[in-house]
Amino acid sequence: MAEGQGKSKGADHGTAAHTAADGGHKASFPPFESNTFASQLVSFAIAFGLLYLIVSRLALPRVGGVLAARQQVLDTDLNEAAKLKADSDAALKAYETELANARAKAQAMATEVREKLNAEQEAAKAKLEESLATKLAAAEQTIATTRATAMGNVHSIAADTASAIVERLTGISPDAGAVNAALDASVKG
Amino acid sequence: MADPIHQFEIHKIFTLGHIGNQEIAFTNSSAYMFGAVAVVSLLMLGGSAGRALIPSRFQSVAELSFEFVSNTVRSSIGEEGMKFFPFVFSLFMFILTANMIGIIPYTFTVTSHLIVAVALALMVFLTVLLYGLYKNGLGFFKLFVPHGIPIYILPLVTVIEVISFLSRPVSHSVRLFANMLAGHITLKVFAGFVTSLSALGAVGIFGSVLPLAMTTALTALEILVAFLQAYVFTILTCIYLNDALHPGH
Repeated sequence: MAEGQGKSKGADHGTAAHTAADGGHKASFPPFESNTFASQLVSFAIAFGLLYLIVSRLALPRVGGVLAARQQVLDTDLNEAAKLKADSDAALKAYETELANARAKAQAMATEVREKLNAEQEAAKAKLEESLATKLAAAEQTIATTRATAMGNVHSIAADTASAIVERLTGISPDAGAVNAALDASVKG
Repeated sequence: MADPIHQFEIHKIFTLGHIGNQEIAFTNSSAYMFGAVAVVSLLMLGGSAGRALIPSRFQSVAELSFEFVSNTVRSSIGEEGMKFFPFVFSLFMFILTANMIGIIPYTFTVTSHLIVAVALALMVFLTVLLYGLYKNGLGFFKLFVPHGIPIYILPLVTVIEVISFLSRPVSHSVRLFANMLAGHITLKVFAGFVTSLSALGAVGIFGSVLPLAMTTALTALEILVAFLQAYVFTILTCIYLNDALHPGH
């Protein structure tokens, strides 16, 4: 403890003016030595005032400026990125629309071609059927004509035969009109 | 054994002048105050000198300090509290730097002196009082009359509020001063054990490992306390300033 007292004495010597007010008695607890208060307060006022000036006038505006500038750059870059993303999205959408359009168009063309081919085929078929029908009709006509002719011949042969039979049986040549009427009646009957 | 109080002694370096009979001296305490101011200025101005978009480590420290204090102010006072930002920032950085410098062996801790802590706390107290009256006029005294209190206990509550308001600078300053003082005394006592034990020969040297370990651990704790006390002082300052801006609870 002697060492400590020695040091305190040294300190007292250093702050002679301070300890003079203290009545020169042994070192009290330094933080409670009221004769050092004025010096500390003056120093503190000057030091803190200086710090406040430096901080408020120079340091904070500068650091704040750096931070604000960075924020601005970040915002600009983010906006740019968002814009680019929107652009690429739009391009993708346009591409997809284009693709869908092309696909629809291709489908339409395919359908058109198919329909055209179908129509041509249908037409050819119809034409063929028509010609076949015409030919068939003509053939039927021919058959009917031939048959009518043949039937007409049959009629006259039957009339002749009937006349000959009647003449042979009765010896009387029958009236042609009566024979025809009788034939017609028998054909109908 | 080393005197644990010795580290708090104030030595005159040169005389600045006199106020009445009182000598105003430039002391070791003054030197450390200006040292703290220089360190803070160097950190903030030197750190931001590059103005780099991608900050260097040095610049990061300056920016982190800025953002730490500005977030503290903004979250506890709000946007209109930002006019006190330079004041709060100066307080925080001054106390933090003075505390941190004090942890370095053989240095002097400015904030371990009652008068400095009182000056800091009174500065905050007067700022709150004067700004509160300037901003809100007599409405500032609504601070002492909380809302929603039954009328029959209102006088009692008001008295308590007034007392708690007036005791703020006391608790505000003593908290800082006492923490720094006690921490440094404890450190010095344990560090003193190391030297006195190791003077006892081989066994003593072996035994001094224990107080040395304790000193190391306490130093780590003191670094935490140095930061924490600066932060607590700042937070309380913000809370008090918030009262000045919004006295109606």
